[in-house]
Amino acid sequence: MKLTGAEIIISTLIEQGATDVFGYPGGQVINIYDALYKYRDKINHVLTAHEQGAAHAADGYSRVTGKVGVVIATSGPGATNLVTGIATAMLDSIPMVAITGNVPCSLVGKDSFQEIDITGITLPITKHNFFVNKVEELADTIRLAFQIAKSGRPGPVLIDVPKDVQVATYEFEEQSVVEKTPMPKASEAEIDAAVKLLSEAKRPYIYIGGGAAGLGMGGKVLALADKIDAYIGCTFMGLSAISDDEPRFLGMQGMHGHYASSMAQKDADLILGIGVRFSDRATGNVSKYAKNTKIIQIDPDFAEINKNVKVELGIVADVEDAFDRIAAKLEAAKHDEWNDIVNAYKAKEKELDAEAIAAAGDALTPRKIFGVINKIKTEDTIIATDVGQHQMWAAQLTHFDKPRRFASSGGLGTMGFGLGAAIGAQVASGDPTVLITGDGSFGMNLNELATAVKYNIPVVIVLLNNGVLGMVRQWQTLFFGGRYSNTVLDRQTDFVKLAEAFGAVGMRATTEKEFEDAFNKAFTLGRPVVIDTAIDKDEFVLPMLPPGGSIEDIITAVQK
Amino acid sequence: MNNNFVIAVYVENKFGVLTRVTSMFTRRGFNIDALTVGETECPEYSRITISLSGDGYAREQLINQLRKLYNVKKVEVLDSDSIKRELMLIKVKNSSETRPDIMSAVEVYRAKVIDYTTDSLCIEITGDPTKIDAFVRLMQPYGIIEMCRTGVVALERGNSTLLDK
Repeated sequence: MKLTGAEIIISTLIEQGATDVFGYPGGQVINIYDALYKYRDKINHVLTAHEQGAAHAADGYSRVTGKVGVVIATSGPGATNLVTGIATAMLDSIPMVAITGNVPCSLVGKDSFQEIDITGITLPITKHNFFVNKVEELADTIRLAFQIAKSGRPGPVLIDVPKDVQVATYEFEEQSVVEKTPMPKASEAEIDAAVKLLSEAKRPYIYIGGGAAGLGMGGKVLALADKIDAYIGCTFMGLSAISDDEPRFLGMQGMHGHYASSMAQKDADLILGIGVRFSDRATGNVSKYAKNTKIIQIDPDFAEINKNVKVELGIVADVEDAFDRIAAKLEAAKHDEWNDIVNAYKAKEKELDAEAIAAAGDALTPRKIFGVINKIKTEDTIIATDVGQHQMWAAQLTHFDKPRRFASSGGLGTMGFGLGAAIGAQVASGDPTVLITGDGSFGMNLNELATAVKYNIPVVIVLLNNGVLGMVRQWQTLFFGGRYSNTVLDRQTDFVKLAEAFGAVGMRATTEKEFEDAFNKAFTLGRPVVIDTAIDKDEFVLPMLPPGGSIEDIITAVQK
Repeated sequence: MNNNFVIAVYVENKFGVLTRVTSMFTRRGFNIDALTVGETECPEYSRITISLSGDGYAREQLINQLRKLYNVKKVEVLDSDSIKRELMLIKVKNSSETRPDIMSAVEVYRAKVIDYTTDSLCIEITGDPTKIDAFVRLMQPYGIIEMCRTGVVALERGNSTLLDK
């Protein structure tokens, strides 16, 4: 069947299983949008307020489904507006395909209207990118882009398509969904070496990251931990892979990690890292990290082995296969002393929590807000966040029951990520979606409220409003002598009226009771809602490892 | 410990691939001493030869980051006894007093004079980079007008190819 390039693009997206795509039309993608119109029964397009929101939506779509997210933008500013969204996906290894239009080949390189070298711009923030100048190569390039995006360590791929290629015609024949490129299997010697190290360990700690979460390995990891009497901690990106109900799961470790998880990792004699990259936010001062601990690292990416920390054994292979074979070969074990150590840390963490609760008094605190959310939300509820203090509270305090229920920008730390991501996540899953945000982050991309209203996407936005850029303020308080340079927002924005102006529902809560009533109502309303909650500007995210510090320097309380 | 080493990279012979490789070096902060690129026995691949000095960590990271690039087919650190050659064109001042010495040096180093004017000589020399370095030092007192070096190309000894490895 002969199709235009634009029709080939959309047909290939449909062929590869894209159900919903996000984007924004423009001069050099009119043909693609014409094709979207033609195929509107087979593929849903969500028009956002800004291309950045569309990129984050495609990212959110991917985070909750594991599928490849797709975003479409026009040339020039449309393409550059995707950059933050693509970089966010890159740093968190999220599979995404971005399609941009460009000026016709004859005008490329002439600084034509809305012409930009987007493949050049996105070179360092994509797993790979393509400039397609022949319609014959279009369909296969898109298929290859999907394959690259989801294979091995996933990531974003951009395809730039000049307008004349969209207009040209070529034969199109539907093919099947491309398979992931198989990863090499770990060698028997590697498996045996890992089994030996794990068998010898007295204090084993399994450390899971986005790589394990992305493969849905939570259940397997838990089973192994039970078998060999290990504890499990996760990175930020590993959150929600394992239910917080599990006593073996100690939660997030690192700069703002759970006390017990960070301390247990410090005391472990062996860390089995699965799909983790030992980022600086996780390790603190890397020269002091895990000095007396052996590390086994299983990852699909060669370059992650020995990049940030030196490991005893690095296995670059099909992660799940390697894990399964190691787990099958391991004998059951018991480590009573290790249980005592970890239980003591857990008890200490409980104590710290109790102190924090007691210190709060009647004030509406993040802890109380998350208490209410955890009580009311369902197992399927997706929690999306922006970036800052509220994000760390969400990471620490949200009770997750199921995998793929957390959408948050970890590596890049993109303020303004949340609303777009929440929209994408809700569209993809149809599940209840809550966005936790702050007044700083929300201010960056709140234009997407218009999108939520237009499509009636029932995102419940919980705005932790403290009138300041809280995370930077916390650093200024602790490390910059309280010099609050440009972190006091003092904006006078009425978020209830703002929500109403967009056509959403606005609510306000200043006490726990008010918040519970508001959230209860919002959660079942079936409409986008903004709940403006007032929290104290000097509420800290604790525990905290100070910058350049290590786990020994953990700050668990601050005298105000 | 810092060591000099040479890495050979087979990349797809496509538009923009060299940019992908060099941009990765910039992004990751690798310092390259020399880089050459050219055709190979297989028309679909180009071979990039990179020489750099660094510790084992830098070498391992560089190789792994290269292997991640989609257009990169093969990355190998060459054996230290590989055959390494570089070509240099060097223009030096020509005068009747210095000419005999320069010509002797050209002969000893098995270089070639490829251009001759009343006040300049252009010499072509190939060899191991250390030989080229020595020749540059030797020419310095006579007055180097201009020079350019290609950077190292290298092949391992024996009948094997890197692509088969």
